[in-house]
Amino acid sequence: MNAGFFPHLRLLRTTPFRLALLYLGLFVVSVSVILLILYSTTAGFLEEEIGETIAVEVAGLQDQYRNNGLRGLVDAVRDRSAAPHTNSIYLLTTPGGVVLAGNLTGWPDVKPGEGGWSHFKVSDYGGTMDRPSTAMAVTFTLPGQFRLLVGRDMSELDQLRGRLMASLRWVFAVTIVLGFGGGLLIARGAMRRIEAINRTTRQIMAGDLTGRVPRAGGGDEIDRLAVNLNAMLDQIERLMTGMRQVTESVAHDLRTPLSRLRARVELALIRDTDDPEVYRAVLQDTITEADRLLATFTALLSIAEAESGAKRTDLEPVDLTEVVRLAADLYEPVAEEKGQTLSTEIRGTATVRGNEQLLAQAVSNLLDNAVKYTPEGGHITLLLEGAGPGRAARVTVADSGSGIPVEMREKVLERFVRLDTARASPGNGLGLSLVDAVARLHGAHLVLEDNEPGLRISLVFPPDTAQEQAGSQKVGTFAAPLG
Amino acid sequence: MLMKVLVIEDDQQAASYLQKGLKEAGHVVDLAYDGKDGLFLAGSEHYDVMVVDRMLPGRDGLSLVEILRATGNDTPVLFLSALGSVDDRVKGLKAGGDDYLTKPFAFSELLARIEVLVRRRSAAQPQTKLAVADLELDLLSRTVKRSGKVIDLLPREFALLEYLMRNAGSVVTRTMMLENVWDYHFDPQTNVIDVHIARLRQKIDKDFPAPLIHTVRGAGYSLRAPE
Repeated sequence: MNAGFFPHLRLLRTTPFRLALLYLGLFVVSVSVILLILYSTTAGFLEEEIGETIAVEVAGLQDQYRNNGLRGLVDAVRDRSAAPHTNSIYLLTTPGGVVLAGNLTGWPDVKPGEGGWSHFKVSDYGGTMDRPSTAMAVTFTLPGQFRLLVGRDMSELDQLRGRLMASLRWVFAVTIVLGFGGGLLIARGAMRRIEAINRTTRQIMAGDLTGRVPRAGGGDEIDRLAVNLNAMLDQIERLMTGMRQVTESVAHDLRTPLSRLRARVELALIRDTDDPEVYRAVLQDTITEADRLLATFTALLSIAEAESGAKRTDLEPVDLTEVVRLAADLYEPVAEEKGQTLSTEIRGTATVRGNEQLLAQAVSNLLDNAVKYTPEGGHITLLLEGAGPGRAARVTVADSGSGIPVEMREKVLERFVRLDTARASPGNGLGLSLVDAVARLHGAHLVLEDNEPGLRISLVFPPDTAQEQAGSQKVGTFAAPLG
Repeated sequence: MLMKVLVIEDDQQAASYLQKGLKEAGHVVDLAYDGKDGLFLAGSEHYDVMVVDRMLPGRDGLSLVEILRATGNDTPVLFLSALGSVDDRVKGLKAGGDDYLTKPFAFSELLARIEVLVRRRSAAQPQTKLAVADLELDLLSRTVKRSGKVIDLLPREFALLEYLMRNAGSVVTRTMMLENVWDYHFDPQTNVIDVHIARLRQKIDKDFPAPLIHTVRGAGYSLRAPE
């Protein structure tokens, strides 16, 4: 349905209206039930009263009949029906239907209903009511087929019932008005707060990321929604800021080598020489520089891949022992080449849910850094520990290099950040950023400590990252001599 | 070794660059710019190897190779893709690709890979012994001898030498060695492979007059018998 064509129907589709309607429905049903109970108990009680009165009359007439026979009964009925302004109805007839006594002109055309009670219309019987009304009576057949009817005019009860119904109708009407109005009011109160949230989101969609959802402070569901939305917005804003910083640093760090590349090619072009070797050398340099740029791009993409939570679903059980052994195996000769010693210790085993390639890349990056920044004769330790307090596994690379000052330990995890002492060695400042991103992908965290001297960097996997595996806890220390 | 190569690549510039490079290397090249033409050519002529871009207009590279494999065509396929994640690579190999190369790549890398693919296809029977000149490698007893003299190798050195010997005569790049010997599908920052090759050379070539492991500038290494 198009709201544009039916503007008046828009109200019907709003949540407050629907909630109010629902609220009203519930209200009406419950009030109806209450009123029904009220009516039936009140009216039923009155009818019972009348029945008892009739029973007393019948008992009196029974006495007369027992003591004085039919004559006594006729007299008593005559007596009673002659009383002015009575509400009682009497009739005594012969078997042929001739009226012997009573204030009815003839036998009413009724059959006894529930409980022996007959209900019928009476017009004028000389009672209090000067108009037709309903009567309730009980009938007896006496010996000799004489018939007796004792009853009572129920017009008072009818009147009461009418009044009760009228007031119940009023109550009902008031209920509907109050219920709908109240429902609308309550629903609109809640909706106003949701509308406030909508306004904020629209403002944010329009580009203003600083907007926050207002809170009522009551701690109810809508308030919790607001709190969560605000937390989400904080996170988004943080990410956006981070993204902007990354973009800026990418632009900066890629522009430098690109301009270097361009300058080199341009210089070769304007150089006045016919020596193909010169051009060949420039081309060679150009390829080297381009490869470096591509490596930087690849590293950035790997970080992005690790950071995108989408890959979280692809995590599979990874044996960290294998990852560590392979990395150690790859770097051991490299360390030896640089006059360093690399020793690997595998204390216990650990299997975590993860991406094997990314984990391998993280460990190899840590080793790469250690080899790069440890002086000749230095020592590097690669350590794998199994489950311990607060962790499922820990991979540590400790070196005896220059270390990282405390105030820089957070900073070095950012993209393109390099220590001044590292400027001389090749690298793009993305190695630790990738390790950090991989750690976060696995729910793990990086711990940077002083190795006195050197850096001790650990990849700590919390217990819930572990992949349960029977009999995998073989704790014990043994050095794995590699190479 | 002359090869007939089918290149299926929708980027015309990249395609002609591949064609030029492959011709320069002495190979015969056919080009197709979309999956439909590529499938037609692949089905109508015999090629030694195909270079297929993963993302193609009309029919993407993955389903193209799947169809070829389903029709019994087992020409080696090298996938080219701008998608470099491990997952994408696995998908490519599952579809029937034999190797996977992420763009951008060095031409020497592509050349080395397709040559290895073709050679591997022609020498498919399982071997228990590999031999190049006077170098012998026994896969069962895991021993290496050169001129009858036993050479002690560490497990990883053995694996590296095995890979080089299986592809003897071809150029193998550093990336290929990382992928096939270490199962590393990323390039570590340092040129770790060079160090490993240097060690291997120490053991294989140092005490012998004719070196077997050769450096191929700008590409990688090649193990071959002296001429």
